[in-house]
Amino acid sequence: MPSMILRTAIRLLLPLMLLFSFFVLMRGHNEPGGGFVGGLIAAAAYALYAIAFDLPSARAALRFRPMFIIGVGLALALASTLLPLLVNKPMFTSLWIEQPVPILGKVGTTTSFDAGVYLVVVGVTLSIIFAMAAREEIEHDEEDV
Amino acid sequence: MFLAVLMGFLLAAFAPLITRVARGFSGWVLALLPIGLFIYFASYLEPVRSGEDIRQMIEWVPQLGVNLNFRLDGLSLMMALIITGIGTLIFIYGGGYLKGDVLLGRFFAYLSIFMAAMLGLVLSDNILALFVFWELTSISSYLLIGYKHTYEDSRKAALRALVITGAGGLAMLAGFVLLALVSGSSDISGMSADAVRESGLYIGILILICAGAFTKSAQFPFHSWLPGAMAAPTPVSAYLHSATMVKAGVYLLARLSPVLGGTPEWSGLLIIFGLATVLVGGYLAIIQFDLKRILAYSTISSLGVMVTLLGIDTEVAIKSAVLFLLVHSLYKGALFMVAGTIDHETGTRDIRQLGGLLRILPLVFVGGALAALSMMGMIPFIGFIGKELIYEATLDVEHALTTTNAIITALSVLGNMSAVAVACLVIVPPFLGQRKDTPHKPHGAPIALWVGSLLLGALGLAMGIVPELVAKYLISPSASAVNGAPLEAKLYLWHGITPMLILSMITLAGGFAYFALRGRLVPVLARFDRGAQMGPDRVFMGVINGLPDFAKKVTAYTQGGILRHYIAYIMAFLLLFMGTMFFTRVALPPLTQLEDVRIYELILCGVILLALAMLLQAKSLLFAIASMSVIGYSITALFVMYGAPDLAMTQFAIETLSVVLFVLMLYRLPDISIISSRLVRARDAVIAGGFGIVITMIVLSITAVPLDSPLERFFAEKSYVEAQGRNIVNVILVDFRGFDTLGEITVLSVAALGVIALMRLRPRNNDEHED
Repeated sequence: MPSMILRTAIRLLLPLMLLFSFFVLMRGHNEPGGGFVGGLIAAAAYALYAIAFDLPSARAALRFRPMFIIGVGLALALASTLLPLLVNKPMFTSLWIEQPVPILGKVGTTTSFDAGVYLVVVGVTLSIIFAMAAREEIEHDEEDV
Repeated sequence: MFLAVLMGFLLAAFAPLITRVARGFSGWVLALLPIGLFIYFASYLEPVRSGEDIRQMIEWVPQLGVNLNFRLDGLSLMMALIITGIGTLIFIYGGGYLKGDVLLGRFFAYLSIFMAAMLGLVLSDNILALFVFWELTSISSYLLIGYKHTYEDSRKAALRALVITGAGGLAMLAGFVLLALVSGSSDISGMSADAVRESGLYIGILILICAGAFTKSAQFPFHSWLPGAMAAPTPVSAYLHSATMVKAGVYLLARLSPVLGGTPEWSGLLIIFGLATVLVGGYLAIIQFDLKRILAYSTISSLGVMVTLLGIDTEVAIKSAVLFLLVHSLYKGALFMVAGTIDHETGTRDIRQLGGLLRILPLVFVGGALAALSMMGMIPFIGFIGKELIYEATLDVEHALTTTNAIITALSVLGNMSAVAVACLVIVPPFLGQRKDTPHKPHGAPIALWVGSLLLGALGLAMGIVPELVAKYLISPSASAVNGAPLEAKLYLWHGITPMLILSMITLAGGFAYFALRGRLVPVLARFDRGAQMGPDRVFMGVINGLPDFAKKVTAYTQGGILRHYIAYIMAFLLLFMGTMFFTRVALPPLTQLEDVRIYELILCGVILLALAMLLQAKSLLFAIASMSVIGYSITALFVMYGAPDLAMTQFAIETLSVVLFVLMLYRLPDISIISSRLVRARDAVIAGGFGIVITMIVLSITAVPLDSPLERFFAEKSYVEAQGRNIVNVILVDFRGFDTLGEITVLSVAALGVIALMRLRPRNNDEHED
């Protein structure tokens, strides 16, 4: 019987944790943080949601399939590395926007690459957790029967 | 040119989206790219004819001599026009054939990839870039053959095609590398033919490259994949397996003819395999009843003709090969489309079940009939000119008739008789005669399903009536490219009563005779089917099935399925190996570093040791998990103490998620007393303890020596100035070493796929299993 306290808390915590994960992502370039940790935090948020409620609710809260998120992340990371080709520079050259963007700070291809890493980590972690949890529920139902 | 190739790949990325939007018109919309490319290439007809050297060079890996060097000459231009022209018609045809199919977007994406890869192949001057495009066509062919991936036949056929062409491709790569080394250049236009021919490696290079060409162009005995590939939807068969991809091998031989050709070995190899293919293909074609299989074997036979002609290697033969390449693409593509339309409308491809479709599919019939007449070699089709030229080449009319030429000619006549018979088989039974009952009732075909075949058939007629343009703009430049020196082709319909004309008459007579008598002949001939068709196939299938079986046995022996055992093996091995290395060669490290230990570090170590003790005595899995997480979090604290905040944060998050994962798995793991009995714990303690000691010793001796690395200074200096970041760790991850990170996230994604797949496997019984 999932705890009422946990359920109420997680409803507030989820957006907060997502915001925090995004914050960790963006600050990574100058302070401790980055795509990997940010992704893990976001994944942990949804994992907590799955524990508090159940797997279908967590999937619905995530809105996209984890595999899709992985795909978007990979595409974003790859595109960030290929973008310099359009301005005749070698692959993986970092291009920065001259003016710092308000709130986010300096933004460039490394930022989008890190964002791609973030999405991949979220997708991978949640794929694994959801897959295990789904298996868990199937087994559980079988035991009840 | 590079842009032309690139656009195909780009279109592939957007094809699913466009298909979702355009729906019924997707084929027409997507065909805009190939038709655009066709027009673009057609604009080069005049420059190429007048001998302009059109190149484009893009550096890729110059140190290895791998560059995207493109060159447009007669041969590549003709191929490019075939690829884009027929491609346009196939996109339209495919849109109509697979209308409403859920995966249609994927289909068009694969088709675009194929078209772009094929274009890259024919435009490539650099032989290693050519190889890349070659393999890309193999992969896209695999995806297209296996389009209906829920059917086992499709999957098997796709795999067979990939394995055979892939193996040939691997051999070919070796040949390419040797060729580049021996000839002094990895660009075909820069290769020195003399250096190649006189080198001791010539035979080896020739055999290796022929392995690639023969597998791709389905020469005997590597032909078995092509009939199987007919499991693909017919647009694929019409495009890849008749008009373009299978021609890649022939193209390669033609392209390398100036460099590798002209020797008796070249001629011998090509003529022998080519003629064998002509006969085997021709024989197998006429005993089939499935329209697509008939056409597939007939294609094999025709490819054999092209290889033979390239082997003969005289000026006439070269012109003939190039012309026949064009002619064949036109009529085969059309006939495949017709076969597909029949299948689409009636639900069957068996000629014994078809009849009288003339009234219902009139325009299909017209297109098919035109193509068939060209295939038979009737006047005034271009097919007739093509046949005549073939005989002119095999007879070598300039010189006296030798026995070899006579044999080659006789066998060619047999092969062409088969072609005539095939043309009749494909058109007469389905369209003429009595209406038969078919699975679906056909009622007229939509425009997308007949416009292609009609156009190609009509083209065959038009080119035959006015061959001068074809000769001037397509055949002469291509033949010159293959020959290595300018060559002029004069094509016209009527040469007078020549030996070639007589042979053509004989061919027609033979083919018609067979068709008329097929009722009685087929049962007789079909008895020899086993050897020709099944022989090489059985060998390949034996290898393909045998390898996984062998692998299974080896794996079952060494990997029992229990993760703990794998870890134990790894650790034990490392312990023994590193341990012996270390203790025999390196002096024990001084333990002076331990003097600097602070009190809170000691306390933390105490906590870890305490948690470890509790872990080792755990009486339930939950307790064990809790103890392990204490250890994990303590290590996080250690990271913080040693000034690695990024590591600490990541470790913290991973530790938390690990606990979540363990809890999720908790229900399915058996009681701890089974997993970890006393004996097992003792064994694990020895291995783990020993491993820990060895690692500690190694770390202590490494850190005893002060590290003076230029990297430290480099990163410290450049991190903020050039990479705009003060967090060096993150900057290294996403900027300096971004390539590694890209690889890492790809690996992560694949791992996730693996986990999901494993999770979906249902175990048979409730025996212990882990992930």
